[in-house]
Amino acid sequence: MDFSNFLLMRHEILLLAIILLLLVAEIFIPQNKKSSIVHLAIFLFGIHTVLGFLSLDESSLFGGMFRTNNLIHFFKNVLNIGVLILILQSADWLQEKIVQQQRGTEFFVLLFSSLLGMYFMISSGDFLMFYLGLELSTLPVAALAAYETTKRKSSEAGIKLILSAALASGTSLFGISMLYATSGSIYFNDIIEVITSTNLTLLGVVLFFAGLAFKISLVPFHFWTADVYEGAPISVASYLSVISKGAAVFILMILLFTVLKPLMHIWENVIYIIAIATMFIGNLFALRQQNMKRFLAFSSIAQAGFILLGLISGDQLGTATVVYFVMIYVFSNLAAFGVVQAISLKTGKENMNDYEGLYRTNPNLSLVMMLALFSLAGIPPVAGFFGKFFLFTAAASKGYYLLVFLAVVNVTISLYYYLLVVRAMFLRTSENAIPFFKSKLYMRLGLLITVIGILVLGLYSPLYNYIYELSSLFN
Amino acid sequence: MDILSLFIIVPLLTVLVLVFAKGLKQSRIISMIGSIVQFGMAINLVFAYFRERAVNDDIMVFTKDLVWFKQFNIHYNIGVDGISVALLLLTSIVVLAGVFISWKMKELPKEFFVSLIVLSIGVYGFFISVDLFTMFVFFEIAVIPMYLLIGIWGTGPREYSAMKLTLMLMGASAVLLVGILGIYFNSNADGGPLTFNILEIAQVNIPFEAQKLFFPLTFIGFAVIGALFPFHTWSPDGHASAPTAVSMLHAGVLMKLGGYGVFRVAMYLLPEGALHWSWFFIILSAFGVIYGAFAAIKQTDLKYINAYSSVSHLGMVLFALLMLNKTSWNGAILQSLSHGFMTALFFALIGMIYGRTHTRDVTKLGGLLKVIPFISAIYVIAGLASLGLPGFSGFVAEMNIFVGAFEHDDLFYRIATIISVSAIVVTAVYILRVVGIMLMGPVKNEAFLNLERVTWYEKTGILLLLIPIVGMGVAPLWLSNMILESLEPFIQGVL
Repeated sequence: MDFSNFLLMRHEILLLAIILLLLVAEIFIPQNKKSSIVHLAIFLFGIHTVLGFLSLDESSLFGGMFRTNNLIHFFKNVLNIGVLILILQSADWLQEKIVQQQRGTEFFVLLFSSLLGMYFMISSGDFLMFYLGLELSTLPVAALAAYETTKRKSSEAGIKLILSAALASGTSLFGISMLYATSGSIYFNDIIEVITSTNLTLLGVVLFFAGLAFKISLVPFHFWTADVYEGAPISVASYLSVISKGAAVFILMILLFTVLKPLMHIWENVIYIIAIATMFIGNLFALRQQNMKRFLAFSSIAQAGFILLGLISGDQLGTATVVYFVMIYVFSNLAAFGVVQAISLKTGKENMNDYEGLYRTNPNLSLVMMLALFSLAGIPPVAGFFGKFFLFTAAASKGYYLLVFLAVVNVTISLYYYLLVVRAMFLRTSENAIPFFKSKLYMRLGLLITVIGILVLGLYSPLYNYIYELSSLFN
Repeated sequence: MDILSLFIIVPLLTVLVLVFAKGLKQSRIISMIGSIVQFGMAINLVFAYFRERAVNDDIMVFTKDLVWFKQFNIHYNIGVDGISVALLLLTSIVVLAGVFISWKMKELPKEFFVSLIVLSIGVYGFFISVDLFTMFVFFEIAVIPMYLLIGIWGTGPREYSAMKLTLMLMGASAVLLVGILGIYFNSNADGGPLTFNILEIAQVNIPFEAQKLFFPLTFIGFAVIGALFPFHTWSPDGHASAPTAVSMLHAGVLMKLGGYGVFRVAMYLLPEGALHWSWFFIILSAFGVIYGAFAAIKQTDLKYINAYSSVSHLGMVLFALLMLNKTSWNGAILQSLSHGFMTALFFALIGMIYGRTHTRDVTKLGGLLKVIPFISAIYVIAGLASLGLPGFSGFVAEMNIFVGAFEHDDLFYRIATIISVSAIVVTAVYILRVVGIMLMGPVKNEAFLNLERVTWYEKTGILLLLIPIVGMGVAPLWLSNMILESLEPFIQGVL
C-alpha cells in the first residue's frame, strides 16, 4: 500500500496532530501558565487553516469509504475558517472563566474532535464512515454544551442535546439499515446503481433524513434547539448553529444529489413541505424572543428553512447556491454571536432590552451587530442578500414560484425581528445602557474577520464563480 | 471614469469622508460639498445628454456594461435616457436642498448625513440601472436607511412609523423579487440566454401566461412605494414622523421610484400583462387619487395633509401610466418631476413653520403671513402650483395626463378619468383652506409675533426647489421634448 495516498486526508491528519499536541502540552505546561494553551491552540489552528488552502487531489481511500474532491475540500476550509473565528471569539471567555477550572485544553480537544468528525462525515463514501463521522461530531458537543457545570441550564442543555442526538442517530441508523436491506450495499456508489422507489427504501430514506434533520434543526425536529442554545455556553451555541448545521446541510446535499437522486420526485415534496414549515415556525417563534440566544436559535431555524430552497433544485445551481449561502451564513451568524458573547462576557447581559442605547455607548459593536443582522435578513449590499437571492433563484429555476413567494413573505417577517434588535441598539436611549468597554485583541480580530466577510463575500463575484465551477460534479 | 458611475462614486466618497468627520459643522460642510458636486454633475449630464442625443440614436446612452455574476448573466449595466436624466436632476436638487434644510441637525449629525447620502446612492443607482438585478439592489439600498432616519431623528410615534414603513416597503420589494425572477426565467422565451438586461428582455416575447402571472407582482412591488391605494398607509405615518429633510427626500424622490419602476420594468417588459390587468389597477389608482384628496381635507396636521395630497398626486402618476398612451405617459413623468419639487418644497416649508411655532396643527396657527412673510408667500406659491395653476409645473403635467386619458373613448375610461379629474377641485379645497386658516387672518398666538426670520440656508433650500417649479411651468417644452423622445421605444414596445 502506498502511504502517500494518506495525504488525501491532510485535513484530518493535521487536526488529529493538533489534538494530540494539545494533550501533550497540557501535561507539560505548568499550572500557573495554563492560559497560554489558548494562544497555542489558536496559533496551531491558524496554521492548520492556512495549510488547508493548499491544493489537493481528487480521489478516494479505503476502497471508497473516504473520498475527497475540490468541493469537499473547499467546504472543509469554510468550516476551518468558521472554527477559527469561533475560537478567536471565545478566547477571552476561556481565559477568564474556563482556564481557572483547569479545563481549557479539554475544550479545544472536544471541539476539534467534533470538527474531525465533521471532516469524516462530509468526506464519507459509504454509510459506515458517515455514521462514524456523525457520532464523532455530535458526542463531544454534548459534553461542551454542559461545560459550564456550575449552571443548571448548561447541564440541562447537555442532557437535552445528548438525548435528542442519540434518538436522531438511532433513527438515522435504522433508516440506513433499511437502505442496506434493499440495495445490499453501504457504499454510495453501489447504492446509486440499484436504488428504486420501493416502500422499504422510502421508509429508509425518510428515517435517514429525520436523523440529519435533527442536526440541521428542521421543523418538526427542532424542539431541542432553543433550549440547548440558551443553556450552552455561547461559543458552543454558535458552534451548533453555524459549523454543525453547515456540515450537516452539506452532507445532506451530497447524499440527496448523488445517492438519492433517483428518488428526487419523492424527496422534493418532503423538502417542499418541510421548507415551508421550518421558515414559518422559525420566524414566528423568533418574533417574541427576548433572550438573544433563543432569538438567534429561532433565527437559525428559519435560515435552515431558506437553505432548503437551494436543495430543492437538485442540480449544480442548487449546490453552488447552498454552499455559497452556508459560507455567508457562517460569517453573518458568527458576527452576531460574537457580539452577544462580547457583551455577555463583560456584563452578563443577554436580553434584548439590555441592548437599548448600545449605539451611543459602544458604536462599533452595534455596527457589527447591525451588519450581521442585515446580512441574516438579506439586505443589500451586504453578503446575505446575495446568498438569499441566489437560493431563491435556484428554487425559481425549477418553477417553484409559490415556494419562493412564501419564502419572501418570511424574509419580511424576519426583517421585523431583526429590526427589533436594531431598534433597541439605535433608536432607543437608556439610562442604564451597557457602558463603554473595549474587547481584547482576539475578540476584535474575530469580529473584524466576520465583518470583512460580510462586506466582501457578496460583492466579490469571482468567489461565486469559483464555487459554481467546483459544483460541476453534481451537474 | 464614465459620467454615470460618478453618480454612485461621488456620494460613496462623501460617505467615506463623513465617517471621519467630527461634529455638526464638519459633517454638514462635507455633505454640502458632496451634494453640490453631485448637483453640478447632474446639470452637466443634462447638457451632455443633449449633445450625445444629437449623434446617438440608442435607447440608452452613456452605457457601460461590466459582467458581475456571469453564471446568472448579472451585469453592472448602466445607461440613461431622457426620463432618467430628468429624475437624476430632480434627485440631486432635492438632496442638496435637504442638506441645507438640515443645517441645524442637533442629534447625531454625522450619522444623519451618512444615512441621507446612503439613501441617495440607492436612488441614483436605481435611476441609472439597466440591469434588473442591479436595479433591485439599489432599490433596497434606498429603502433601508429610512428605518434609521425616521426611527432615530423622527418625531411622534417614530418607532411605529419607521417599522411600518420599512416592513411595507421591504415586503413589497419581496413581492417584486418574485416578479423579477419570473421575468428572468422567461427571458429565454425566444431561445436566447437568460438575462436581467431590461433592453434585451424588452425584445423577447414573454409568453402571455407568464405575463399574466408576473405583471401584478411586479406592478404591486413597485407601486407600493408609489403609494398605490390600498397599500399607501405607510406613507402618511412615515411622512408625519420623519424629520424634514427625510420627508422631502422621501416624498420628493423615493416615491418616484415606484412610478419609474412600474413604467420601466412592469409595463415595458410585460406589455400584454399590462393590457390584461390595466382595468383593475386603473380602478385602484383612480380611487387612490380621489381618496387621497378627500382624506387631505379632513386632516389638521400639516404633514398629514401633504402626505395625503402625495397619495393623490402619485395616484395620478400611476393612473396616467395605465392609460397607455404617449400624452399620458409624458404627463406622468412630468407629474413625477413636478410633484417631486413641489412636495419637497412643501415639506421644507412645513419643517420651517414647525421649527418656529412648534406645532403643525392648522387650527392653532393663523396669520403667519404677517409674522413670517417669506415662508408664507412661498407656501402660497407652492399651493397654487400644487392645485395646477397655469404657469407652474403642476398644470403642464395634469393637462397632459387628462388630455391623454380622454383619448380613450369607451365608458370605463371616461368614468375613471372623470373621477380622477374631479380630484383637482378637491385639491383646490384643501390647499386654499390651509392657506386661509394658517396664513391669513389675525395672529392667533402672542408667541408667534417674534418668530425667527428666515435664514440664508433656508432661503437657499427654498429657492433651489422653487426655481424648477416655475421653470417647468413657464418653459416646459425642452423637458417635454426630452421625455417624449425617450418614450418612443416604449411606444413601439408596449402599444
